[in-house]
Amino acid sequence: VSVLRPKDDTRPWTGGYQPYDLVKEACIAIGVIAMLAVILTVLFSSPDDKPSTIAQWSKQLPVNFVTAAADELNGTSGTAEYGPPYNHNGEGQHAAFIYLQKWLGVSHPINTADDYVIDPLKTIPNDAALQSALAEYQAAPENTQKAWSEAYAKPLNEYAEAEEAEKPLPKTVSLDPATDTVSVQASGAGPVPTMMASLLSLAKSGGLDGSLLTSRQFFQTDYTKPLLFMADGGLLDKRAEAQHLGGDEWGMMNETGSYPGQAWLWLYALWYQIEPFKSSENADILVMLMMGVLSLAFIAIPFIPGVRDLPRWIPIHKLIWREHYAAAAPPAGPRPARAMPDAGS
Amino acid sequence: MSDAPESSWTVKVREKAVEALPPEKLLPDGQPTYVASWIYVFGVASIASLFVIIASGSILALKGPAWWHYTGVGHFFNSIHMWAVELFFFVMVVHLWGKYWMAAWRGGRARVWVTGAITFLVAVPTALTGYVSQQNFDAQWISTQAKDGLNSVGVGAFFNVTNFGQMYSYHVLLLPIAVVVLVSAHVLLVRRHGVVPPIELNARLATVPAGETPAPVPSSAGAGS
Repeated sequence: VSVLRPKDDTRPWTGGYQPYDLVKEACIAIGVIAMLAVILTVLFSSPDDKPSTIAQWSKQLPVNFVTAAADELNGTSGTAEYGPPYNHNGEGQHAAFIYLQKWLGVSHPINTADDYVIDPLKTIPNDAALQSALAEYQAAPENTQKAWSEAYAKPLNEYAEAEEAEKPLPKTVSLDPATDTVSVQASGAGPVPTMMASLLSLAKSGGLDGSLLTSRQFFQTDYTKPLLFMADGGLLDKRAEAQHLGGDEWGMMNETGSYPGQAWLWLYALWYQIEPFKSSENADILVMLMMGVLSLAFIAIPFIPGVRDLPRWIPIHKLIWREHYAAAAPPAGPRPARAMPDAGS
Repeated sequence: MSDAPESSWTVKVREKAVEALPPEKLLPDGQPTYVASWIYVFGVASIASLFVIIASGSILALKGPAWWHYTGVGHFFNSIHMWAVELFFFVMVVHLWGKYWMAAWRGGRARVWVTGAITFLVAVPTALTGYVSQQNFDAQWISTQAKDGLNSVGVGAFFNVTNFGQMYSYHVLLLPIAVVVLVSAHVLLVRRHGVVPPIELNARLATVPAGETPAPVPSSAGAGS
């Protein structure tokens, strides 16, 4: 117990006191900080880049949109395979025997095929071809649905891989500039091409943005579904990379423009830049656990031998209290007799 | 004053409070002479920054979360809010480093350090919920990036950074209350225990003949917590 008890070399102060106006000091501090904030505001303002919408995404990157939607339909997107808290299609991350993500369960259920493709398509009226395609898809056995959606997604994913590797793009996927539609040469895709053409059209009209927000009530504040769908696509990434906001560039501690962002997250972001965290499939939980341990240590500094003793060994305190130490040091010559006034408060 | 019985809870609470923090300790008009360094300014600067954050945030809250996107005045107050947050973290980090090198937990002041450290840690999600409540591209990007870390430890099950309504509630009410309560406890503890004396004060005082005390330091520097 004595090891954990911080060394106490203090005793009640019997020395001098100086006048101190706490309230005045606080008022001056508020004035100075407010003035600094105003000066920084006038000089630098603050960032406010408009949010992206699914309509923008589908118009600017139609092939990318259709690829992401196809992955949502066949259950291979990031969200589809995420696991808790969105679905049971994965266990989530773990560290040794700790499966916190799995243990806390599915709290925001997302069925990517239904939520991002099937249900929005059901809202489109007066489209006989789409209704027929939807009916055919929903009536088919699950393995047939899977085969159709995979057949459709395959050339799209090959296109995306070639695009990322900056290789020649396969001709199985093409964009018609006149109609702004995406053509996918996929045999055995059943009704999926018809469904995807309608979904792209719905997205361009802005209908999908609204469709993903509607649920059981009129007022909406939960953007989980549209945000996760967009995160599965490429528009957010593209904008983030242009602003140097990628995870390999210290990620979310930055913000758009040349603003300081959340600089206080530097230690959290640091672990993602180095091994073994950088390439680990469980990087998030490992970093969070590491930060949890470090945070507890930070709180408990007064009780950690060594860490709590550093201030004695590295005498920065001599700089901080230099006036006091200079005054307290015994004079070289005969000491002048100086009486201290009585202690005040 | 009424003749309240000794068993009165109110009387007991008042007596305990006054015993722990008599008015002259709560609002002192003097500080020990060793409180003479610019490092002391950063404690009160942290509180001042928090004040500006709450004031500017209150104006933004009064007008609603969308106001600052389409009015110049709104954007001005959003910028004040953002820069006050940046200043808050900057001065708080300097304050924490200063207190670390002063070993300011000595003399029964461990709770002062602990409340300060927890305040810093609670301030981080308070700021994060602000960033993801901005309703702009930063909010989209930061929320979709931050969700993975939180989900990985199960926090995402009840703290969903992609749910604007939930994050806004946390940002304008729950977490600010936590920060203010922690800062209040921190300041009251500082006032109760006083500003930590210099390291090795006893050893140095031992060099001064008994009955004498060190010469006073000129009262030049500001003082704070």
